[in-house]
Amino acid sequence: MNTIESPNYMNAKKGILSWLFTLDHKRIGILYLIGIMAAFALGGILAMLIRMELIHPGQDIMDADTYNQVFTLHGAVMIFLFIIPSIPAALGNFFLPIMIGARDVAFPKLNLASWWIFIGGSLFAVFSMYAGAVDTGWTFYTPYSTKTGTAVISMTLGVFILGFSSIFTGLNFIVTIHKLRAPGLTWYKLPLFVWGLYATAIIQVLATPVLGMTLILLILERVFQIGIFDPAMGGDPVLFQHFFWFYSHPAVYIMILPGMGIISELISVFAHKKIFGYKAIAYSSLAIAFISFLVWGHHMFVSGQSEIAAMIFSFLTFLVGIPSGIKVFNWLTTLYKGSITFETPMLYALSFLFLFTIGGLTGIFLGALATDVHLHDTYFVVAHFHYVMVGGTVMAFMGGLHYWWPKMFGRMYNEKWAKFAALLIFVGFNITFFTQFILGSQGMPRRYYNYLDQYQPLHAFSSYGSWILGLGFLIAFIYLFYAAFKGRPAGRNPWGALTFEWETPSPPPTENFDKDPVLRHEPYDYDKVLVERTYPEK
Amino acid sequence: MDTTGTLFMPSGASTISGEVDAVFNFILIAGSIIFAIVVGLIIFFSVRYRRRDKPGLTSGISHNLKLELTWTIIPVILVFFAFYFGFKTYLKMSIVPGNAIEIKATGQKWFWSFDYPEGVTTVNELVVPVDQPVKVLLSSQDVIHSFFVPNFRIKMDVLPNRYTVTWFEAHQKGEYNLFCAEYCGTEHSEMVGKVRVVSESEYQNWLEESSTAGEGMTPAEYGAKLYISKSCNTCHSIDGTAGNGPSFKNIFGKTEKFADGSQAVVDENYLRESILEPANKIVAGYQNIMPTYQGLVKDREIDALIAYMKTLSNEQQ
Ligand code: HEC
Ligand SMILES: [Cu+2]
Ligand SMILES: [Cu+2]
Repeated sequence: MNTIESPNYMNAKKGILSWLFTLDHKRIGILYLIGIMAAFALGGILAMLIRMELIHPGQDIMDADTYNQVFTLHGAVMIFLFIIPSIPAALGNFFLPIMIGARDVAFPKLNLASWWIFIGGSLFAVFSMYAGAVDTGWTFYTPYSTKTGTAVISMTLGVFILGFSSIFTGLNFIVTIHKLRAPGLTWYKLPLFVWGLYATAIIQVLATPVLGMTLILLILERVFQIGIFDPAMGGDPVLFQHFFWFYSHPAVYIMILPGMGIISELISVFAHKKIFGYKAIAYSSLAIAFISFLVWGHHMFVSGQSEIAAMIFSFLTFLVGIPSGIKVFNWLTTLYKGSITFETPMLYALSFLFLFTIGGLTGIFLGALATDVHLHDTYFVVAHFHYVMVGGTVMAFMGGLHYWWPKMFGRMYNEKWAKFAALLIFVGFNITFFTQFILGSQGMPRRYYNYLDQYQPLHAFSSYGSWILGLGFLIAFIYLFYAAFKGRPAGRNPWGALTFEWETPSPPPTENFDKDPVLRHEPYDYDKVLVERTYPEK
Repeated sequence: MDTTGTLFMPSGASTISGEVDAVFNFILIAGSIIFAIVVGLIIFFSVRYRRRDKPGLTSGISHNLKLELTWTIIPVILVFFAFYFGFKTYLKMSIVPGNAIEIKATGQKWFWSFDYPEGVTTVNELVVPVDQPVKVLLSSQDVIHSFFVPNFRIKMDVLPNRYTVTWFEAHQKGEYNLFCAEYCGTEHSEMVGKVRVVSESEYQNWLEESSTAGEGMTPAEYGAKLYISKSCNTCHSIDGTAGNGPSFKNIFGKTEKFADGSQAVVDENYLRESILEPANKIVAGYQNIMPTYQGLVKDREIDALIAYMKTLSNEQQ
């Protein structure tokens, strides 16, 4: 009979302060999880409002200015408060040290500081909702953002502050991975999730400062009327776009690389099979990280940028797609001759493969110059990045959450409800966003409050889909929350997986391990080692 | 949906649209094949290798050089083609033919205006001859906009303080939508114009008529037309409801309060000033967002607009 082992990191110390000022990476991971879940809920409600408004042309539930603020907040909250910190700061914080057999991250205090900074930055960003709300879109393009009379400053200051939280996490992970691996755990024996976090951390540390500088310049321009971006003061608005995308394209990979790491774990564990092409997957993460710095111009093919620049950026954009393709084929091949089971985490992993492939392939239309001219700034782009960010990152995040939930809380969720929610999410997502590919290629521009009648049926469809999608997430949150307190004990290793975190009790003790972790096999040795599942209980 | 096009693309009406669609379809077909392979394999493996009994050890295969080279090289070749076709067509879209006529387009919050070399100015309506290359020289009065005609497959950002260029040759007569594709504020989605493609002779007639527009109409009738065609209606109602700007109903003769606390009675000179220098006096409760119509309306047109506004007021003359 499984039991909850005690003491564990959850009950070792008591009181709210023992959480808010904890140095335990697991508790910090949980704090982050609470923060990003709140952000996800807020961003999700805003998304539902957007779809409600767009169900018919003209005004349904809000006026144009409100709509513009709502889509701006939806984007900013989802990107800066949810997706960027989601996997690294919540799941990564909790599991990276355990997966490499360490007791904590290299700099626990820096880790705690990063969470507080995250909360501080988030408050600034959310405060801007009251301070008049921002209506610039999450991209803050100049000169609109230097002219509009709304709370651009508090929002951009919030994002600026959030950047530091991201940099601190990245720095901490890089040092942790270099310095704190268990004896014998060489680079090529690391779980691929760790590789994904490593590649992500490099981008976080190198790219985020550029965003910070850009936003500070924007704030300086607004406050002191220095002409940097606003042509009325002798600035160059397109310069802002270059700066912004120099961060924000790599940021796309901050968002997806950790997700890819999770998928590598899930596919191998649930196919019960050695991962195919370990090194190819590991190195393609690094390749993506580096090339991602060289493609920002693909957001600017119609910005007046020179034809030569457009050609080079188009070419490099295609190059950065190849490593992602290689990963997909590696995951597929891992299924071959496996012994596959279909628990909820695996359903999310397969959803990821399906949706991310669509997201990636539709990127080709946007990377090719002639078609991008037509598709740029239409719903096609909206659909594309939702397939990558929700179909990719959020599916991976949900997969990871279900996979590690029994480790984090020691308890298992209800599998039937979980499968039902996963199905709703998959179906709802496709209805919501596949329609948007068609809307976009038919010419429907993005960020439109009102639209021509010809687009109405597809918009309505998309809105109906969003209800199914929203319901799916709602159900998932409910049963997960319930399971954290009331679920059946899951035991140490409910999936029969081979990485370190499954050798320790669930939930783990504060020191992470009850005995010093010893590397007895590699993370994906399903051809050599068989470990009994501890759940369902026999 | 636009029923004249395909599932994905609206009907193509320019000389370049066929080529853009060919690139689109190439990627669509190649992409669909790859997608079918991926999904086919997911399903096949899921069925074939589903765990049927107790877990055991599985095969340790983790490398296959030939296979890995195949799935690297084939996608590289495919995307190279996508890159090449995309670039080739894009070049054509970038090089304006020498015999193009040139029209100046200006974007501002929240309408388009077009200046023809013949001296004609239009708002939200671009009239062009069929089978004739047209160069559009773009610039913005305020923030960034983007000139997007889906049926022509062209889009180009419209920047303040800098010119950008796009061009097209329409080969199909008809009326097409012109969208602003770069977010520009409150009425971004109302910044929709029309491109009307007509025959060469219709075009010449239209130019002729436009330079003598308003003849045979009373000033108030002409003003009513201008109220729509110069896009005053996007911000000013005539039924008393406040929009982005004050309503024109009963405007003439009333005493207007301004943001700085001063007052004035609305007369002809005030109306003229409001149209040409809207920033001089800001009506209390409104923002300084009305664009100046300097250069966009001729004296005759201002007279007509004022005459029209008078008819909307009880207190005439
Ligand atoms: C982008 C929106 C917009 C457009 C387009 C626009 N206006 Fe305005 N207009 C305003 C706003 C806002 C005000 C009030 C602030 C001010 O006084 O500048 C205003 C004020 C006025 C006033 C003074 C009204 C009063 O009650 O005192 C007149 C007259 C006027 N506009 C005429 C026109 C005419 C004629 C056109 C079309 C040729 C036009 N406007 C187009 C936004 C617009
Ligand atoms: Cu990008
Ligand atoms: Cu616009």
